[in-house]
Amino acid sequence: MTIMTRFAGLALAGLMIAGPVAAQDAVADAIKARQSQMRLYAFNLGQLGAMAKGAIEYNADQASAAAGNLALLSTLNAGAMWVPGSDSMSVSNTRALPELWDNMADVGAKAQALAAATAAMNDAAGNGLEALQAAMGPLGGACGACHKAYRAPE
Amino acid sequence: MTPRPERSKWRRLLIPFGGLCLAGFAAFWGLTMPQRLDADALAGMDGDPARGERVFHLGGCAACHAAPSAEGDARLVLAGGMAFPSPFGTFRAPNISPDPDHGIGGWSAYDLVNAMRYGTAPDGRHYYPAFPYTSYIRASTADIVDLKAFLDTLPPSATPSAPHEVGFPFNIRRGLGLWKLLFLNEDPAFTGDPSDQARRGQALAEGLGHCGECHTPRGALGQTLEDAWLQGAPHPSGKGKIPALAGLDWSAADIAAYLKTGFTPEFDTAGAEMAEVIQNLAQLPDEDRAAIAAYIKALPAP
Repeated sequence: MTIMTRFAGLALAGLMIAGPVAAQDAVADAIKARQSQMRLYAFNLGQLGAMAKGAIEYNADQASAAAGNLALLSTLNAGAMWVPGSDSMSVSNTRALPELWDNMADVGAKAQALAAATAAMNDAAGNGLEALQAAMGPLGGACGACHKAYRAPE
Repeated sequence: MTPRPERSKWRRLLIPFGGLCLAGFAAFWGLTMPQRLDADALAGMDGDPARGERVFHLGGCAACHAAPSAEGDARLVLAGGMAFPSPFGTFRAPNISPDPDHGIGGWSAYDLVNAMRYGTAPDGRHYYPAFPYTSYIRASTADIVDLKAFLDTLPPSATPSAPHEVGFPFNIRRGLGLWKLLFLNEDPAFTGDPSDQARRGQALAEGLGHCGECHTPRGALGQTLEDAWLQGAPHPSGKGKIPALAGLDWSAADIAAYLKTGFTPEFDTAGAEMAEVIQNLAQLPDEDRAAIAAYIKALPAP
């Protein structure tokens, strides 16, 4: 056996071990990334929601900034964050149901509806408290549409 | 000729035994009689479809009776078909659209009151309590008459109702009469003395809103355990849990906002069945959600 074939054999063995590990890392990273995106949604929604509920005073600039962030977040291309194998049946640290991967066309439609709802909020948020409050319900509905269909209960 | 002694002995035993069986059967039959409202209870009542729409959203009819995963206008087609797995078998929501053959288009308002309040079908059969008449029994007759007027305005569907998949002995519907004797009553579940607003919320939440059907744990016979009222329960799918409402540390404003938008105080959103509930409750006037929130805050923490 030449040095070269021995090296190739070792490399192959290495790949066979590293392969699944790399895939697991990719899944964990993707889950971390999409959960971070959700955290950013929650933070910016929190600004708007506190005003809508009267917990803090309405501020048009602050509301517009938060709504602008939501609009940007909802137009990120998040495709790579939803890798196959990152569902709740395959790994334990996600509530994303496997059905999500079976219904990508519907998921895309729901993502579009969310982008429309954040755009409507972006138009409304700077125009006074009532406009902001009126846009909260449809935005919540757009978030909930995906969670209703594709997220397991806690 | 004299009869053989053993035979007459058997006959002597057989007559009382047969009598006992008959008496037992008569008692079972009597105890399991379907309950109905007095026939003249609806005299002079006229259903108002506009008021009935509010009852429809509060009762969450579409949540179970719309076709599975229906959205938008399709949620108003109450074709049924959704499956409800349980320890007793799998129940399937029937067609309650106004179709005269496959739905309930042929029903009177009186039929709907008996179904919703007593779990009694027009032909006298008992419904399984997967249909939450244990909560709806607290609804007013007038609300249900209004609801019938609204249901009649919805589009009909000719989808036949799918049968339940329930094994012996639960497939003997007459036996449900005994279950109802034990567990069906219209007493309030929460017996505290809250504010007027919370009391209004109690009527909404314990009656048509039927919060207790999921948020209260169940006993071995599938009955809700009233001494653990709204204290949370395992999810019937076997995975995850349904949160407690009693002792919830959100403010009343948080709860009311959640019931409208689905946003929790941390700005997560409701998912699964609760997302559906919020789609319905979001249609109610603000004061109804505020009343439900006041009721939840009045519940004693476990």
